[in-house]
Amino acid sequence: MHCHESGVKINIPPDSRKIVLAGNPNVGKSVFFNALTGLYVDVSNYPGTTLEISHGRYGSDVIIDTPGVYGISSFNDEERIARDIILDADVVVNIVDAVHLERDLFLTQQIIDTGVPVVVALNMLDEAEKQGRRIDTDLLADLLGVPVIPTVAVKQMGMDELKEKICCARPGNIDPALHSKLHELHDRVANQGEALLILEGDPVVAERHGIAPGTEREEIYLSRRARVNDIVGHVVSEGSKGSGLGTMLGRMMIQPVTGIPLLALCLYLMYKFIGVFIAGDIVGFTEETLMQGKYEPFIRSVVSRYFSEDSVLGTILIGEFGVLTMTVTYILGLLLPLVFGFYLVLSAFEDSGYLPRIAALTDRALSGIGLNGRAVIPLILGFGCVTLATIVTRVLGSERERRIAVFLLALAIPCSAQLAVIAGLITSLNGSLIALYVMSVLTVLIVAGTLLNRFLPGESTDLLIDLPPLRLPRVENVLKKTITKSYHFVMEATPLFAGGALLIGILQVTGLLQVLQRLLAPVTVGWLGMPKESATIFIMGFVRRDFGAAGLYNLGLNDFQTVIGLVTITLFVPCIASTLIIFKERSKREGFIMWSGVLFLAFLIGGLLNQVYRATGSVYGVIIGLAAVLVITVLLSKFPVRKQKLTSEGINYGR
Amino acid sequence: MNLDQCKKGHKVKILGIGNTDIRAQAIRFGICEGEIINCAEVVPAGPVVVRKNNQEIAIGRRLARQITVELIG
Ligand SMILES: Nc1nc2c(ncn2[C@@H]2O[C@H](COP(=O)(O)OP(=O)(O)OP(=O)(O)O)[C@@H](O)[C@H]2O)c(=O)[nH]1
Ligand SMILES: [Mg+2]
Repeated sequence: MHCHESGVKINIPPDSRKIVLAGNPNVGKSVFFNALTGLYVDVSNYPGTTLEISHGRYGSDVIIDTPGVYGISSFNDEERIARDIILDADVVVNIVDAVHLERDLFLTQQIIDTGVPVVVALNMLDEAEKQGRRIDTDLLADLLGVPVIPTVAVKQMGMDELKEKICCARPGNIDPALHSKLHELHDRVANQGEALLILEGDPVVAERHGIAPGTEREEIYLSRRARVNDIVGHVVSEGSKGSGLGTMLGRMMIQPVTGIPLLALCLYLMYKFIGVFIAGDIVGFTEETLMQGKYEPFIRSVVSRYFSEDSVLGTILIGEFGVLTMTVTYILGLLLPLVFGFYLVLSAFEDSGYLPRIAALTDRALSGIGLNGRAVIPLILGFGCVTLATIVTRVLGSERERRIAVFLLALAIPCSAQLAVIAGLITSLNGSLIALYVMSVLTVLIVAGTLLNRFLPGESTDLLIDLPPLRLPRVENVLKKTITKSYHFVMEATPLFAGGALLIGILQVTGLLQVLQRLLAPVTVGWLGMPKESATIFIMGFVRRDFGAAGLYNLGLNDFQTVIGLVTITLFVPCIASTLIIFKERSKREGFIMWSGVLFLAFLIGGLLNQVYRATGSVYGVIIGLAAVLVITVLLSKFPVRKQKLTSEGINYGR
Repeated sequence: MNLDQCKKGHKVKILGIGNTDIRAQAIRFGICEGEIINCAEVVPAGPVVVRKNNQEIAIGRRLARQITVELIG
């Protein structure tokens, strides 16, 4: 994911064509992209997987994967991105979901109306067949005026025929009335696609040409809808087989009575798999037996042949924070197995179609923190990688929601690597301390979200999401995705870890570390109640939070100090990669405000917990305090929010 | 009545959608005024899930309140 630029500038040789894969969300575009280019971009079963433009070579041409859209327009950020790519295409390969033909053909017809050569891939025919749905592809091709190729992308069916037919792509049939309107604009706007969007009132495209946006969007949309419904009526013959079990399970996931226990069960199984099996058994082997038992003695003996372990270089390479010892052990022995486990579970979730249903289930709860259910997708993906999740917030309908979601991700969602370290530390604590940790982070999430919702201007959008059919995760895809992401993790984290270890090592040998520890003592010792050596973990935390958390192992903390350390480092500033993405996705100014706000809050909250503990003298005192804060927040948010809701009618989309 | 007052299993005809932007988006989904949809699920105080042909769409409660419908079965 990290290798694709969201800026839409792609280097394309002048003589090659731009073949754009376009279609509704979740129809299989990325499967086609992977098959045609031999690359791998994420494939999963929820609308909004692809958010960055990826491109790959195809013969002498370039193939471009786009975010799924229901039409070419500007309702949110992903649509704006897709719009420009589609308008700029030489050929559009339009992927259409046979099960949702009436929905998907709207976009098909709109693309045809832009005048670009099109070839349609009629995908998911296996699922359509299962429902007893038959589609007359020849007639469909006649009515649309473009080639239509039946495909089942995940089984590679129809792929060869599609490759052959890309060159036969051609402009399709346009409604005569619309055609003449487009013709009138021809003198002023040479590109028919842009002319169409101006007629449809797209403000951005209109401004580019200095023309007032048209006012006929609804008429054009309605007549296109009527035309599409007519086509569907002619080509589809409906069967009546429903997929009973999947539908029933899908419903159960949405209803709170059954959905909440189901979700809890999934989380429990996930905990058993990652928290117990991987964090315990697997990491026990990889970290202790393999890395500390075999690798570290080996590398120490090799290096100490050249430098003594107490020399400056020796300390930096193989000392306590050694680049060759600690860094390698942490990344390969501790983090990699856990990150791999996390991505395995997340990928299976993503492939199943469960995520959009969790969105429906949690919609109401999320409205309290100014988000709608859709935001649960980036928040859950944040437990994999916060950086990636920050990009995923593009699917949210307004700037306000993106702001809230990005901030909460930066503040209170620990990523997989960090959770890995936390899980290792937390299992040694007793139940009430674990509860304290979980509750602290949760309280921060809820209170921060509620306050942002209360004080940020504007209004959040409402949930409108289509629920894809539930599918069994495809093993091949889950593995491929897990491996790709784990690989990215190692590539991204290793240099940062090594750099961080180097930094700490240098600070240590120059004596600066002790100076810093003394300088920070009022905060670490006085406010947080931790030993002064804990300054080291916060310095490490600036590099990556998981790196900082890992430092907690060696500090010899008592149990309560461990919790304080964990809470503070969980809330601590996001890793360097995330910070850069926040700056890019938001703005430097907003990013900086978020970053420093998070830093301040992390110390504030860690310290408050410590102070309350000292004052009340018991863990339960702190827990009760947190519960009180939660209740007050929820109560306070009830009154003004309800008033606002009654008066609000408009739903603001984007800027 | 409005869509948020529907019960599970209701079949309704859409009469009007309050907000222009949402109306345009709904046309793309295939739920325009005059269409007949099924109410597949109602989450208490949460979204309404409507079904048309083979497609299920979850619609937030506040949005559902802006969609006027007529009960037909
Ligand atoms: N049964 C079946 N599933 C398919 C087929 N093609 C794709 N899928 C599945 O459909 C889901 C969506 O595939 P993606 O390639 O991620 O879809 P996309 O169009 O790129 O989606 P966005 O990036 O969200 O717009 C995945 O779960 C695929 O495994 C097919 O022909 N048959
Ligand atoms: Mg995709």
